[in-house]
Amino acid sequence: MSKRDAAERILDFLEVDEGLSEVNAVLEATRCMECVRPACVKGCPVNIDIPGFISAIAKQDFKKAAEIIKSDNMLPAICGRVCPQETQCEGKCVLGVKEKPVRIGALERFIADWERKNEIVTPKTKKPTGKRIAVVGSGPAGITAAAELSRSGHSVTIFESLHAPGGVLTYGIPSFRLPKDIVKTEIDQVLSLGAELKLNHIVGRSVSVDNFLAYDAVFLGTGAGLPSFMGIEGENLNGVYSANEFLTRVNLMHADRFPDYDTPVLKGQKVAVVGGGNVAMDSARVARRMGAEVYLIYRRREEDLPAREAEVANAVEEGISFYCCANPVRIIGGPSVTGIECVRMNMGVLDESKRPCPVPMTGDDAKFTLDVDVVVEAIGQSPNPLLVSLIPSLKRGKRGNVIVDENGQTSIPNVFAGGDIATGAATVIEAMGNAKKASSAINEYLNQ
Amino acid sequence: MAYKIEKASEIADNIFEFWIKAPHVSKNAQAGQFVVIRIDEKGERIPLTISAAKDDLIRIVFMAVGKTTKFLSSLKEGESVLDVAGPLGQPGELKKWGNCVLIGGGVGIACLPILAKALKEQGNQVTGIIGARNENLLLLSDELEQDCDELVICTDDGSRGFHGFPADILKKKLEDEKIDCVWIIGPAIMMKITSMATIPSKTKTFVSLNPIMVDGTGMCGSCRVSVGGETKFACVDGPEFDAHLVDWDELMNRQRIYPSQEKESLDNFNEHHHHCRCGEHHHE
Ligand SMILES: Cc1cc2nc3c(=O)[nH]c(=O)nc-3n(C[C@H](O)[C@H](O)[C@H](O)COP(=O)(O)OP(=O)(O)OC[C@H]3O[C@@H](n4cnc5c(N)ncnc54)[C@H](O)[C@@H]3O)c2cc1C
Ligand SMILES: Cc1cc2nc3c(=O)[nH]c(=O)nc-3n(C[C@H](O)[C@H](O)[C@H](O)COP(=O)(O)OP(=O)(O)OC[C@H]3O[C@@H](n4cnc5c(N)ncnc54)[C@H](O)[C@@H]3O)c2cc1C
Ligand code: SF4
Ligand code: SF4
Ligand code: FES
Repeated sequence: MSKRDAAERILDFLEVDEGLSEVNAVLEATRCMECVRPACVKGCPVNIDIPGFISAIAKQDFKKAAEIIKSDNMLPAICGRVCPQETQCEGKCVLGVKEKPVRIGALERFIADWERKNEIVTPKTKKPTGKRIAVVGSGPAGITAAAELSRSGHSVTIFESLHAPGGVLTYGIPSFRLPKDIVKTEIDQVLSLGAELKLNHIVGRSVSVDNFLAYDAVFLGTGAGLPSFMGIEGENLNGVYSANEFLTRVNLMHADRFPDYDTPVLKGQKVAVVGGGNVAMDSARVARRMGAEVYLIYRRREEDLPAREAEVANAVEEGISFYCCANPVRIIGGPSVTGIECVRMNMGVLDESKRPCPVPMTGDDAKFTLDVDVVVEAIGQSPNPLLVSLIPSLKRGKRGNVIVDENGQTSIPNVFAGGDIATGAATVIEAMGNAKKASSAINEYLNQ
Repeated sequence: MAYKIEKASEIADNIFEFWIKAPHVSKNAQAGQFVVIRIDEKGERIPLTISAAKDDLIRIVFMAVGKTTKFLSSLKEGESVLDVAGPLGQPGELKKWGNCVLIGGGVGIACLPILAKALKEQGNQVTGIIGARNENLLLLSDELEQDCDELVICTDDGSRGFHGFPADILKKKLEDEKIDCVWIIGPAIMMKITSMATIPSKTKTFVSLNPIMVDGTGMCGSCRVSVGGETKFACVDGPEFDAHLVDWDELMNRQRIYPSQEKESLDNFNEHHHHCRCGEHHHE
């Protein structure tokens, strides 16, 4: 993997990681021991035949490698880039015990990129069944369900409320981690299997709940799009954004290229990002690329940051300043933001996540203020309530998530769900894994 | 997917009426809801109220105030916009209230016909009061004459109808008769001031809030407003709220987050209007 120099990459939104060369990919592939009972496959939520595709790479049969991957995962260029491999496939690789695990994600990406440049591999579809299926949401869950169900021969309609498909892949994850033309190509391939995509259609509004439930089966992949706010003073001042808004303005609406594109965003001279997950890292790095000095405020210790280690390292290289063990208590200004007041946190007893529980310090030195003109809150998202709240008979959990059984079936027999709407904010590949399970359950349900 | 403008006209000074083909919206639209429109690939998503819906068509009525609405107003019948999403927002509280008064200010008048019709259908007595700076800015008065049991027209300069503000008529009416519910739709400052008239009598009063939006589906929080001390997302919790609980100053501040960008965008548009992308198919 070759990573572009930080000083260069903060000047643009092009990809940070340039991927493996062919030579290095083949070399890396030869490290795999092709285990008989491969642990790595268990770590992958869609159970890709990992030793299978890696051995094809070692033999330089890239097309075969692509076919193997594609039979289980229609979005390999995306997953190869954004999967937290260290806790999934690579985290389980036996080589990881003594040395480094095989770089499965990078190899998957290499094949997907090769495929895009050379020949596109499209899996076969079964003959039409005449069943009509509605998929709501075109994020990784919805797209995967559409792919699986189209391949099974059903007539699939995907409804998406935004003007572009992809969900978080399009509006959330910035292009320097996931270029948007790649998202488009992989989604177009899924659509080429026969599914129809209806943009600007909000299910529950543009399609009535009754019409929607009248499909033979439906899959809900509406995601965790509801942004949380801290609930502190000054939160509605001009210049305070949710991470969703900040990232949507830039990724979906291209506000970084205002006025060529019409949507504005406050780029800020000094930007405070609140939170410590991947969403916070993405927001901080976007703000940095638009020229701001960026402070990341996180309530626990640096070693507790929930973001992927590699992304934290990227953020540090790019000059983001970390204020750990600190929590905002007030945003100052009027009508625009001029500062953020924080309290230092002491690390108390371990909580259920085995991390010390942060406790605000008291006393004169407990508080400090940062002069900032933009604040981005990246403190979490919950399941999107828009549609599910319109279906009273759909059972939901305390956090607003749709309750499903192990097959993704909800409390309404022909309604299945998967991805963030069911699990709460999780990962791309878990959403895809859920969708695959639910799709086979839908096939079974339709065959009954 | 493109959505065709079937009919376009300027119905008052700088105020335009478009009928756009968008069956997914028209078939499900209810009074109080809105659409989000994006004109082209580089465009901003802007919210506009659904002023009427008939068969496959919806009507929008808008004032050309900035880049996007100016650009929109330059489009001709037969041309298209790239995206129309909707219907969005909660429908108005359409039930039998009894005696209803609907007040429209400026381009906000456009929101009244669909509301008046729906309230009539529920068996309400509906009085419309519409106001504008002068007669050239009045709109849809003929239509509202039909839709309402009574229509009062006001102009600030007296060029047509009552010389004064809708608030004056409302105050008088509140003294003379029992009013069960009031809707006030217009610029924020007009809604703020007019809704003060119903505070003493505690008359239920709805306003339709218009903060800056992006997605319009509850995903970004750009549209947050404070109502009764709680943060609400106008696009999914509203846009209609109880007027007496709204933090008006915050709303008005949040409408002015991007004044310099809006100016830059509009200046650019005015300067390049004839060379820019909107003119591509005519010029190059
Ligand atoms: C900034 C950010 C960075 C992330 N980085 C990573 C990462 O590096 N790796 C990783 O694995 N995960 C990452 N995640 C998490 C990951 O993106 C999500 O877990 C995943 O996208 C969930 O997929 P989904 O299909 O369930 O939902 P979403 O991707 O949220 O898609 C839901 C879609 O449904 C649409 N929708 C909602 N309601 C309706 C309706 N009523 N009608 C029609 N359409 C509707 C929405 O518009 C949206 O397009 C990140 C998340 C964010 C926000
Ligand atoms: C629910 C709702 C319904 C509306 N209905 C109508 C209507 O029926 N007719 C009508 O003429 N106007 C309506 N508006 C206002 C309309 O959206 C704005 O006039 C329009 O977005 C201005 O865009 P612009 O680029 O032309 O102007 P700009 O120069 O960008 O902005 C002018 C002013 O419009 C507001 N504005 C700008 N961008 C947005 C945005 N993305 N979302 C909301 N407000 C914005 C700002 O307060 C700004 O100061 C509505 C707004 C909302 C929220
Ligand atoms: S999809 Fe993700 S988890 Fe599965 S093999 Fe690829 S990188 Fe690993
Ligand atoms: S566990 Fe590691 S070595 Fe074994 S097959 Fe998987 S990638 Fe190869
Ligand atoms: S406009 Fe994004 S949440 Fe309302």
